[in-house]
Amino acid sequence: MSFLPLADVEVNNETQPFWDALRNNTLMLPRCTACQSVVWYPRAHCPVCFSTQLQWEEMSGRGTVYSYSIVAKGNGRWKESGPYVVAYVELAEGPRILTNIVGVAPTDVHINMPVVAVFDTGDDGRVLLRFGASPEI
Amino acid sequence: MSVRGKAFIAGAYEHPLRTIPNKTVQQVHAEVAAGALADAGLSLSDVDAYFCAGDAPGFGALSMAEYLGLELTHIDNTETGGSSYLLHVQHAAEAIAAGHCHVALITLAGLPRSSGAGIGGAGRFGSAPEVSFENFFGLSIVAGYAMAARRHMYEFGTTSKQLAEIKVAAASHAQHNPNAFLQNVVTIEEVLQSKMVADPLHMLDCCVVTDGGGALVVVSPEVARKLSRQCVPVLGTGFAVKHVNNGRIDLTHTGAVVSGPRAFAEAGLTPSDICYASIYDSFTITVLTTLEDLGFCEKGKGGEFVSNGALQAPFGKLPFNTDGGGLCNNHPSNRGGITKVIEAVRQLRNEAHPAVQVPNCQFALAHGTGGNLATRMGSATLILGQEV
Repeated sequence: MSFLPLADVEVNNETQPFWDALRNNTLMLPRCTACQSVVWYPRAHCPVCFSTQLQWEEMSGRGTVYSYSIVAKGNGRWKESGPYVVAYVELAEGPRILTNIVGVAPTDVHINMPVVAVFDTGDDGRVLLRFGASPEI
Repeated sequence: MSVRGKAFIAGAYEHPLRTIPNKTVQQVHAEVAAGALADAGLSLSDVDAYFCAGDAPGFGALSMAEYLGLELTHIDNTETGGSSYLLHVQHAAEAIAAGHCHVALITLAGLPRSSGAGIGGAGRFGSAPEVSFENFFGLSIVAGYAMAARRHMYEFGTTSKQLAEIKVAAASHAQHNPNAFLQNVVTIEEVLQSKMVADPLHMLDCCVVTDGGGALVVVSPEVARKLSRQCVPVLGTGFAVKHVNNGRIDLTHTGAVVSGPRAFAEAGLTPSDICYASIYDSFTITVLTTLEDLGFCEKGKGGEFVSNGALQAPFGKLPFNTDGGGLCNNHPSNRGGITKVIEAVRQLRNEAHPAVQVPNCQFALAHGTGGNLATRMGSATLILGQEV
């Protein structure tokens, strides 16, 4: 795991498959069978066309950094974590999602940097979707 | 329905203190209400509509109506963060135009400084559907705005030095405001050398954390005619919601792209008509992006626009935030909002500090930003004048 805090996320019937998939080291998101949009964040309907005909689909786990910030010092449980990188990663499938970039020196992070999913898992089984530098580069 | 000229700001009051120990939030609401009503020459019994947002305790306007002792025909609890109070002015003007009320009171108050709460308050959003997908990555409020700044720099070549110009202008105004939390002038170098909080935003790119509050009284034309105080007509209003739109985040644009043109169209004015602008300034990047989106300059040229003292009163290209703004003067309850309207009213009444009063200030714009810049936000624009 990375050295950043994990969390007790709220799992509900709309989001359960997403979190179950993360625990199996896969990134699954709903795709709308009506308009083909990938839905972010997961929910029971498509926010583009309001269809409820969604299908869970495995994502590539690849993306690029859309924007980021190096936070010098966090708050609360993040107080001792700094400096760390908060970022929006644009998934290859489209959505730009909030995450951390881990396993890279913060000053090496840059916009458009290729990244891959890191299923950041603690000893207690808690997991968050973070991203690390793509091994291809 | 246009509300142009159908409502007037008759009273405006900003709490003079920036640290208020040993008082309750509701007490500060009551103090600013009294101040704005006295400014208008009205009393509590004249009020028939009351507006407040998420900073009001308890059951919002219902709790506050009872606490203040109001007899109301209309209330509004609309909560859109720092843009709430500008939207309240729009809603008050609409309610007045529809005949629902004649004297609308709007209040804001908060004690983040003396309560030790600091910035934030995200706990209230614990049940929001996005929480598990956004709240566990150490995203401080500053970091969210920092990512918008970083993307703006990437797309348009904006620099930290250009952002610093905004703080320098605000500080040059705050030195004349005896109530301002920070009254010292600063240089670009001092901004750039201040502690990096969330790269690329420095400590001096961030607004102050203050206790305090403010209130406005919005009245019908009939009431305005009877008052001896100069009443400021609402000429244009615009509001927009912007959200992440199924992950299609665009960090370099705000809802002002929509709220601005709506307000200008209603007022029958263009950006070049504006003599003074109160621009929500939670962070320097908030100002830069908003100025572009309101049409004061081309998209991406905000950095050039704010350079060389353009925002400095009284003779800059576009004097802004002459009270010192949220960057220096006051950001009560972590959401200035109402202070933006109050300083615009001062300018139109020729009651700003003489060192920063814009000569012959005919038209003023006030803009509020609520929520998180460019991701999940409310944008509210008001255009005010001296006469209809």
